[in-house]
Amino acid sequence: MPQEANQAPAKYFTPFNIVAGIIVVVGIIITVLRFTRGLGTVTHLSDNNPWGIWIGFDLLVGVALAAGGYVTSAAVYIFGLKRFHAAVRPAILTGFLGYALVVLALHYDVGRPWRLPYPFLVSRGTTSLLFEVAACVALYLTVLFIEFSPAALEWLGANRARRLVVKLTLVLTIFGVMLSTLHQSSLGALFLIAPSKLHPLWYSSYIPIYFFITSIIAGLSMVIFESSLSHRYLAHKMDAGHLAAKKDVTLGFGKAAAWVLAGYFFIKVIGIAVDNNWHYLATGYGAWYLVELLGFIALPAFTYAIGVREGNTTLIQWTSAWTVLGIVVNRFNVSLVAFNWHLPAEARYFPHWMEIGISVFIVTIGLLVFRFIATRMPILHAHPDYEAH
Amino acid sequence: MSISRRQFLGWMGAAGMTGATAATARAATQRQFSGYKDSKGVLHDITRCIGCRRCEAACNRVNDLPGPDQPFDDLTVLDRKRRTTSGAYTVVNRQDAGDDRSPRFIKDQCNHCLEPACASACFVNAFTKTPEGAVVYNADVCVGCRYCMIACPFEIPAYEYHKALDPRVMKCTLCHPRLLAGKLPGCVAACPTEALVFGRREELLAVARERVRAFPDRYVNHIYGEHEMGGTNWLYLSDTPFAQMGLREDLGTTPAPKLTSGALGAVPIVVGLWPVLLTGVYAINRRKEKIAAEEQAMAVERALGQANSEAEAKMADAMKKADEEKSAAVEREVKNALSAAAKAAENEKKENAAPSEKEA
Repeated sequence: MPQEANQAPAKYFTPFNIVAGIIVVVGIIITVLRFTRGLGTVTHLSDNNPWGIWIGFDLLVGVALAAGGYVTSAAVYIFGLKRFHAAVRPAILTGFLGYALVVLALHYDVGRPWRLPYPFLVSRGTTSLLFEVAACVALYLTVLFIEFSPAALEWLGANRARRLVVKLTLVLTIFGVMLSTLHQSSLGALFLIAPSKLHPLWYSSYIPIYFFITSIIAGLSMVIFESSLSHRYLAHKMDAGHLAAKKDVTLGFGKAAAWVLAGYFFIKVIGIAVDNNWHYLATGYGAWYLVELLGFIALPAFTYAIGVREGNTTLIQWTSAWTVLGIVVNRFNVSLVAFNWHLPAEARYFPHWMEIGISVFIVTIGLLVFRFIATRMPILHAHPDYEAH
Repeated sequence: MSISRRQFLGWMGAAGMTGATAATARAATQRQFSGYKDSKGVLHDITRCIGCRRCEAACNRVNDLPGPDQPFDDLTVLDRKRRTTSGAYTVVNRQDAGDDRSPRFIKDQCNHCLEPACASACFVNAFTKTPEGAVVYNADVCVGCRYCMIACPFEIPAYEYHKALDPRVMKCTLCHPRLLAGKLPGCVAACPTEALVFGRREELLAVARERVRAFPDRYVNHIYGEHEMGGTNWLYLSDTPFAQMGLREDLGTTPAPKLTSGALGAVPIVVGLWPVLLTGVYAINRRKEKIAAEEQAMAVERALGQANSEAEAKMADAMKKADEEKSAAVEREVKNALSAAAKAAENEKKENAAPSEKEA
């Protein structure tokens, strides 16, 4: 473990910290407004548009981008791709923080956040897909916490507890994949109940499958994207093994992402054919749909493939960022852009700046906590006293 | 101890599986719920509505809603299209009927679906379809996720966005408490033209059919709400196409719960299948690794064995050679020794012979 980082005098007023500090202060002010004046003061939500970016971005995008945890742990522990082992802990940590922040964001969005356990404890609405989402997210957050705990336990030196948790690795991984399959797809299935509100190009009986497949793409891309950021800003926390694994992970995950994106492209086309929605492609919404289909699915599938064939990790990293953006575009399209497409322009939703403020605030908290943990616990390096599991 | 079905389902649900079993059971049987027998509803005959907004005023009064921004007798409100809000369970809209005809008026409120989307979507069962016909809301369990508002195809539920701590979803209750007390819904009681008629849904359908039969030139031959989204307890008759009146005709007849039953049905399949498949993948990989390790060990052993035997053979060869060389050397030495001995003996003989010759 590199020691010089710990001995260097701590600098608190770095540009990153100053910007993060301002965001946190603004976020706290908006938080106070939200819980004293209500959603009406800080959001542009309306009776026609009950879900805004706190659902479209914080929940839908947040959960999709946190999929790296189950994708990576499944690859390493179930499919036996041990050469990606170095990617597991950062991915699990990102997943855990991602889900924790999703739950935090929901506290802003729902009317009475202290009732969030009600679906389990007080009144179970089991006919609702949101029940499935809530149950799986709650369980999966617990699973991710346990999966993450070995790093914290090594840091704390709690050897016995760590040994116990490490024994659970396989069971937790399988449980995690199962729960992820369920709630990633259910987030898309939430919209199945509203065929009259979602544009036919985005509404499909396949939407749960689309959401599940895109979560795999998001997970793979996030691991690449995040590893490129970590290598840039946290390289001093990495040991030789992690530094060396980067190329393997980038090429391997890029290859997988290229294939999954290609498959996703085809099932999207099949979806259009099944519902015979071709004629919509000639409309304005159709043009935007083609931007998503060609620009954010076909294009990255292609550039990932080129990057892998030529061993061009830079291209793969840029593609991963582009693909992550594509996931954001897709979730925004389903929940905001193509939702309520039948309404006149003046009845449509555009976020209030304070809604964006809270979303930025929550992402910033995520970055700060990630940095706090990754600079202290054995995330980007192996702990010298413990064997890999 | 007796367990109610509700309780049992609740427990199953806690395990994250039920919604699915319940929903697939329905999907599998093709059984359609056609409403509680004797449930009540309202028939809104658009041709009779004069847009006086007295229903709105009555609704506001009987439900103790906040006072309106503009008084109820101010008909300029009708100049713009409105929807239900947290302060108004019902609104009357004026719609252009076209063809130089006078505008028509239509009252908008909860349609009280036979199988409500809101109730299906709610993850805390805050909505209940009562046997009397009303869809009622229970604020005591509501979390405020607003999924009901996403789900409702008629865009009815509204939300108290300006309440910080106890916001509720607000919508028409069909005056359920008044029905239980034997009274008419507020709006129906206030309607001066019988544009609203309250009664058993089945009777209302019969009345509506009779009107269409009696005045086929007047009415559109369709009772809106008979089949829309699986049917509603609020029914509409019109002389103008419903779409023109602001009612969507593209909703279809599939009840909302059916739209999600397939996805819910996938839950037990994933729960049952995934662990088996994934454990299988893991086991196959483990086995592959084990076999690979064994094969590697065997190959190493074989290679070692081969090397050993080769070495032994070489050694044996070398030994043999050495032996041969040794025996040859011994032989040579012996020969040498013998020849040396023979020579010595000869020399001795000669020496012995020489003195004797001398002696002789």
